[in-house]
Amino acid sequence: MTRDEALVQGLVRLGDNTLIIGHRVSEWCGHSPVLEEDIALANIALDMIGQTQLWLGLAGEIEGAGRDADTLAFHRDAWDFRNLLLCEMPNGDFGRTMMRQFLFDAWHSIYLGRLLKSSDARVAAIAEKASKEVAYHLERSADTVVALGDGTPESHDRMQAALDYLYPYVGEMFLSDEGDAVLAEAGIAPDPASLREEYDALVGRVLDKATLSVPENRYAQKGGRTGTMHTEHLGHLLAQMQWLQRAYPDATW
Amino acid sequence: MSQTVEQPSVEQIWDWLDAVPDPEIPVISLVDLGIIRDVAWEGDRLVITVTPTYSGCPATSIINLDIETALRGHGIERLELKRQLSPAWTTDWLSDKGRARLEDYGIAPPQPAGGPDRCPRCHGPNVERLSQFGSTPCKAQWRCTDCLEPFDYFKCI
Repeated sequence: MTRDEALVQGLVRLGDNTLIIGHRVSEWCGHSPVLEEDIALANIALDMIGQTQLWLGLAGEIEGAGRDADTLAFHRDAWDFRNLLLCEMPNGDFGRTMMRQFLFDAWHSIYLGRLLKSSDARVAAIAEKASKEVAYHLERSADTVVALGDGTPESHDRMQAALDYLYPYVGEMFLSDEGDAVLAEAGIAPDPASLREEYDALVGRVLDKATLSVPENRYAQKGGRTGTMHTEHLGHLLAQMQWLQRAYPDATW
Repeated sequence: MSQTVEQPSVEQIWDWLDAVPDPEIPVISLVDLGIIRDVAWEGDRLVITVTPTYSGCPATSIINLDIETALRGHGIERLELKRQLSPAWTTDWLSDKGRARLEDYGIAPPQPAGGPDRCPRCHGPNVERLSQFGSTPCKAQWRCTDCLEPFDYFKCI
């Protein structure tokens, strides 16, 4: 795998993560429990889609095959997506959405922090922009997880159930393959496995405050970031997200 | 035939840009907002370097359009808009004039402490946060516990 091939794959992984979780979060627009949460979720989705444009835009540019961010987002099928499985998990109730967001934001903030020192200036510049936004996402999702976890017996039970349900999707964040090795060797991106310790410490601190127990089983569902096996949920998400561009290719308005 | 039209100075261009309002918060200009990072002539081509506030802010494309419309209106024909991501935009780049205008408009300007120091309406010091997010990506929702009015806070980034 050449350096550019590894870089394109790495950028598509980043862009697909933000695109898919961004679309999931946007599904809440107009449905949240209170107005402030609705606005917050819509803003977070917006940041995610904005970051997607930067990551996928750069991926398309380096790939040099004439695909821009929109082509990559709207004209690929489920097996071409490289997002973490966690990002495509359905929203469930508000608590599960916030738990998913927290588990993702914690990883995202640490990963972007490492990318600030990327040897590729284009990658470092996007990470610099994105990490400022993600600091706010993490602050809010962590606060909400604590408020609901350490809330009423009902909200506590729902948050524990959400954590138990989503935790098997955490391990995939720290898996590495040949492409990751090429990027780590070139100083472009960190080896994903090297983030686990910092992640466990951060997540452990917040979940402890939230009076929630981290599941002991470290079994990891995987296949999203390699594209070998997505969940059945991704195709349904893409059907909604892509139908207009598929039905009316290159439609503009 | 020789060209006799004189090239407007960089200072003149900055003045023109300072008259272009932010599309979301029209009391401040694009220059006040601190997103115009550079104005330079490259031969007979004017290059304006712009940095986005938030990566997904829908105002970004409107801002580019407004810059182009304003400068074309002043007779600039060869114009290039460059996007610059790094250094990332920070609210430290808001001008003092912009900060004062924000407060007059009812939006508390960003403070290093991470929250507003007073209510932009009654100037009472007792305020509380409702949400880290607000009606646009750059704002948060706060409330004054003296006059009880909710207000927007332009958050630090």
